Amino acid sequence: MTAPVSMLAPAPVVIAPVTPLVVAKRPLVSANRISLKLGARTVIEDVTLTIHAGEIVTVIGPNGAGKTTLGRLMLGLAKPDSGSIDRAPKIRVGYVPQRFAIDAAIPLDVARFMTLGVRANAAEVVAALEETGAAHLARSSIATLSGGEFQRVLLARALMAAPDFLVLDEPVQAVDYAGEAQLYDLIAAIRNRRGCGVLLISHDLHMVMKASDKVICLNRHICCQGGPQAVANDPAYLKLFGLSGLDALGIYRHRHDHAHDLSGEVCEGHKHE
Amino acid sequence: MLDDFFTRALIGGVGVAALAAPLGCFVVWRRMAYFGETIAYSGLLGVALGFILGIDPTIGVFAVCMVMALLLAGLQGQTVLPEDTLLGILAHVGLAGGLILATLTGGARLDLMGYLFGDILAVSVGDVIWIWAGAVAIYAAFYWLWRPLLAISVHEELAAAEGVNVRLVRIAYILLIAVAVALAMKVVGILLITSLLIFPAAAARAFARTPEQMAGGAVVIATLSVVLGLTMSLQADTPAGPSIVIVLALFFLASAVRAMATARG
Repeated sequence: MTAPVSMLAPAPVVIAPVTPLVVAKRPLVSANRISLKLGARTVIEDVTLTIHAGEIVTVIGPNGAGKTTLGRLMLGLAKPDSGSIDRAPKIRVGYVPQRFAIDAAIPLDVARFMTLGVRANAAEVVAALEETGAAHLARSSIATLSGGEFQRVLLARALMAAPDFLVLDEPVQAVDYAGEAQLYDLIAAIRNRRGCGVLLISHDLHMVMKASDKVICLNRHICCQGGPQAVANDPAYLKLFGLSGLDALGIYRHRHDHAHDLSGEVCEGHKHE
Repeated sequence: MLDDFFTRALIGGVGVAALAAPLGCFVVWRRMAYFGETIAYSGLLGVALGFILGIDPTIGVFAVCMVMALLLAGLQGQTVLPEDTLLGILAHVGLAGGLILATLTGGARLDLMGYLFGDILAVSVGDVIWIWAGAVAIYAAFYWLWRPLLAISVHEELAAAEGVNVRLVRIAYILLIAVAVALAMKVVGILLITSLLIFPAAAARAFARTPEQMAGGAVVIATLSVVLGLTMSLQADTPAGPSIVIVLALFFLASAVRAMATARG
């Protein structure tokens, strides 16, 4: 990947560990005891959560925990059955949905993809792509991008609306290990530069730890929350993720319900801290 | 000029090609070929409705296609049956029911082959006016529909987050398909309408770098196919619809060969 030089710096150095912003934080989106059922299944149960400007809140949880649904609710793409969601007036949102494929039947280059939702001139498109290190892709066909390239383009498109509030759903999916660290650094850099609030959905606590101000551990309801270190040591977190470790979560639904069934292989794969 | 049946068929056919081709791009992009087919197959019910009420069959077709389109839109997202199964069932119920009803109500007035496969002798001055009014209406609708429709065709949630009213755009598009089907029926017949939607778009894909190029290319290919197909129908006395489809297929073949050649570098 031909990223700008700054992106190629060794991953660990770039961000200072959790800089608490001293400025009074402006609440952007507040969910107050929201619940949502899809059919007979409760997807979100009694969740209360506020995202402030300049804050990265990471939601972790197993597959089927309602992480994506929570993101959609906070964006206003879905309405809760009960509870309320307050948004700051005239708030602008940006969204990076979970990884998806664009049908090759649609002839689209990156620059055109960027302006599908928000009208903008070529300079604005290039500026947004530059911010995510994807400017060199502007003329590429969208269907030919690698996982990491596509995530950078999606992130750039989310920036087109000059968002106050960003929802990033698994932004490092299909990105290799080194690319993951770079993308998380990039997200932190965007937050620092723009002061926007970020709701980051992930299944991997280790990677997002240093960038997150707050971690929500979700399994339909909020199991525990707090600073990354506090959550990592929380009994509810350990119970939710069990011995299977975080690496298995993206693959096995509700692995935590069957911790006693784990095969030796999976346990060996778990890196204990 | 419109006294000549062939001229009428030609002008009507070109209008149908022009209005169907850009819609057809979205049929391809949104994987809705079965959807269009199901609406088309309900057309004969509309013909029967026309006979029963004693009105112009085109109006009957128009009404039934609209209802069918809205019904299908309402059924989108149901989880009882796979979507293509449901569409297959509805398509054939529509076709069988339409055939029976049209036969019972139409009697000697029913030109069944014409409705099923198109008939260049059957295109009236009224039809030509209907077609071109429809074409103007569809292009006018696209003036505001194109951008949001393209956005939701790429990713609905992303478009919704950017402020697109997904449901409204989707319904508007489905209604446009119903209009196109009702208008195209006279020229190509209900069994072959889908080919006028998807062949030109599929053939244009290999030559296009933007969505608009693809739509433009599809209009050109569709227009040429209609002109060549109708000429063949006139010269060889073949049914109009199948003649057009065979020309469309040749264009698609040429495009596929080119696409494969490009892919191999």
